[in-house]
Amino acid sequence: MKRKNMNKYISFALIIVAYAVMMALSAAGKTTRSMQGMLVPICAYIVMAISLNLTVGILGELSLGHAGFMSMGAFTGTCAAIMLTDSVPSAGLRLGLSMVIGAVFGGIVGFLIGIPVLRLKGDYLAIVTLAFGEIIKSIFNNLYLGFDKYGLHLQLLSEKGIKLEEGGRMLIQGAMGISKIKKISTFTAGFILIILTLFIVYHLVESRYGRAIMAIRDNRIAAESVGVDVTKYKMTAFVISAAMAGAAGALFAQNYSTITANKFDFNTSILILVLVVLGGLGNITGSIISATLLTILPEALRGFATYRMLVYAIVLIVVMLFTNASGTKILIDNIKARFGGNKEEEEQ
Amino acid sequence: MNKKMFSVVLAVLMMAVCVSGVFAQDAIKIGGTGPLTGGAAIYGNAVKNGAEIAVEEINALGGLQFELKYEDDAHDAEKAVNAFNALLDWGMQVSMSSVTSKPAEATSELNMEERVFGMTPSASSTAVIDGKDNVLQMCFTDPNQGSASAAYIANNGLAEKVAVIWKNDDVYSKGIYDTFMDGAEEFGLEVVSDTTFADGNDTDFSVQIADAQEKGAELVFLPMYYTPASLILAQADAAGYDPIFFGVDGMDGILTMEGFDASLAEGVILLTPFNADSEDEKTAAFVETYQELFGEVPNQFAADGYDVVYALAEACEAAGITPDMSAEEINDALIETFETFTFNGITGENMTWSEGAVNKDPKGMIIKDGAYVGLD
Repeated sequence: MKRKNMNKYISFALIIVAYAVMMALSAAGKTTRSMQGMLVPICAYIVMAISLNLTVGILGELSLGHAGFMSMGAFTGTCAAIMLTDSVPSAGLRLGLSMVIGAVFGGIVGFLIGIPVLRLKGDYLAIVTLAFGEIIKSIFNNLYLGFDKYGLHLQLLSEKGIKLEEGGRMLIQGAMGISKIKKISTFTAGFILIILTLFIVYHLVESRYGRAIMAIRDNRIAAESVGVDVTKYKMTAFVISAAMAGAAGALFAQNYSTITANKFDFNTSILILVLVVLGGLGNITGSIISATLLTILPEALRGFATYRMLVYAIVLIVVMLFTNASGTKILIDNIKARFGGNKEEEEQ
Repeated sequence: MNKKMFSVVLAVLMMAVCVSGVFAQDAIKIGGTGPLTGGAAIYGNAVKNGAEIAVEEINALGGLQFELKYEDDAHDAEKAVNAFNALLDWGMQVSMSSVTSKPAEATSELNMEERVFGMTPSASSTAVIDGKDNVLQMCFTDPNQGSASAAYIANNGLAEKVAVIWKNDDVYSKGIYDTFMDGAEEFGLEVVSDTTFADGNDTDFSVQIADAQEKGAELVFLPMYYTPASLILAQADAAGYDPIFFGVDGMDGILTMEGFDASLAEGVILLTPFNADSEDEKTAAFVETYQELFGEVPNQFAADGYDVVYALAEACEAAGITPDMSAEEINDALIETFETFTFNGITGENMTWSEGAVNKDPKGMIIKDGAYVGLD
């Protein structure tokens, strides 16, 4: 119990210290533009990694379509923010609302997908979530949504039939995605979202729900035999994970002036999975660190010019090998023993 | 915990990201982002190569000096923004925006915000220049290409029954398709077959080709990049279907594509502003230098990159810009200069710009004996 608590405090402390340091640096004018430009994406990827960790690490089900939820949140959240431009003049409040809407839609889709998906296990579930991510991408690639004083106009495949009144605008234009997004995402909003996410995930893990979820992961049959409602707990974890991804999507999208559905493809899902695996399954602090490092790394390697992505891949392999080598594990355990007290906690 | 180790790694990485600030310089810094890696790399590298040649030539003249830096964006808006920020840290004074449309849409927003003058060689979407006073295009906009293609087909009596195969999850393809369809209606072309493909199912075109063949299309319009186009050409050939294939500037590059049998492209017509076989002195010199340095015939993207550098250099000269001016001062001076500026390059004569879009005429090219030949 003690170590679990410690992990939690480290996560919160890391985020708060990082936020304070970055704010101080930028107030002092010591940050570069690259660094500042990466702050919001880092926040979004941290939330993505933590939320996927809930599905993969804590619930123990491999999901390969996490970017689909991000996409859902990105599109719905951004559309909502655009529609609210006049009625909610405060950018901060509008961003908050759009993240909430992104989370709600992420959660709803998570629930709908969860109904068939959570009946499956292991590889089957992985493949179905993969297909789900592709479906979401295809839908947004062919969806045309306009908005005027009479409300929303939706059509598939072509925008030809959408006739907008004066003052109306197209929100989603198929493959062209959403254009002319107001960039309202801020580092502070990202920070608050991470803190909220951490709060929700730790609260869940430490609660009765969390124990049931981990019991299902460790031994489904045993859990069922003592009366744990497997579907209910699995669904809870899955929906929460999807909702957080939706909020992260809304934050991410409004950091750029344009987004397309192709951004949230299979590669993005895999990237997020890499973040989770690198940080350690079930290890929230690890997810935070790996999301930060792997977002900065390709930028830090710009000096290698053409060999950049090659070096990136090599670094990734080395890090994976290094963190998994028995020598390192012993070293880490020794450090833990010195500082952390008892350590016979859950190790996956 | 191994927090200490991580904090050290973090610190090292942060140091690596930090680039030192401003220092005295004697060259104007031009920066651009483009896909130097990944599926669209051929475009990014072509622009970069073309621009490098131009910078070397201009610097060799001894007048105003330039320094060029290209950063990789892998054809992704998020990475393009990162790349653009890295260029700002480097001290970029004039920007070549981005090579491809979606990344350019994101970076042109930064051009506007940061007041850095930008001119994109090849990002053809209208969203790149919409509502921005300091971003110009060297290439045609997508709508322009679609309607110009329809007009060209109708006016030259190439065909009456037309088939279109387009990529419905691609901004570029969609933009051209939309205006082509409007143009087709306007000029009385009958579109008998309208089929699509998307990322992931872009290797087998038998259905689309069969549809066009069955409905008797005499001409197949292919608003797409050259990779899928090459497969369509090969598969149509295998199916024994031999219509006129009509492409746009994305088709450029098909002849130099590795593993593609160039004889399949024989007879393909495309609209492009650049002709590598031109007798024009400047073009011939550029093609020769390019071949010497990079071992291949430059495509339209390389020519666009080359022209952008020359246009920027001439405008800087005309506006009396010096390397010690800030990006914002240069921006204001260039906006004013480009209002009345006329440029003669290898992708067109007497180019002028209005609201960011270029005014120049597209040229019809036909592929004959493995090379582009002007149609007119």
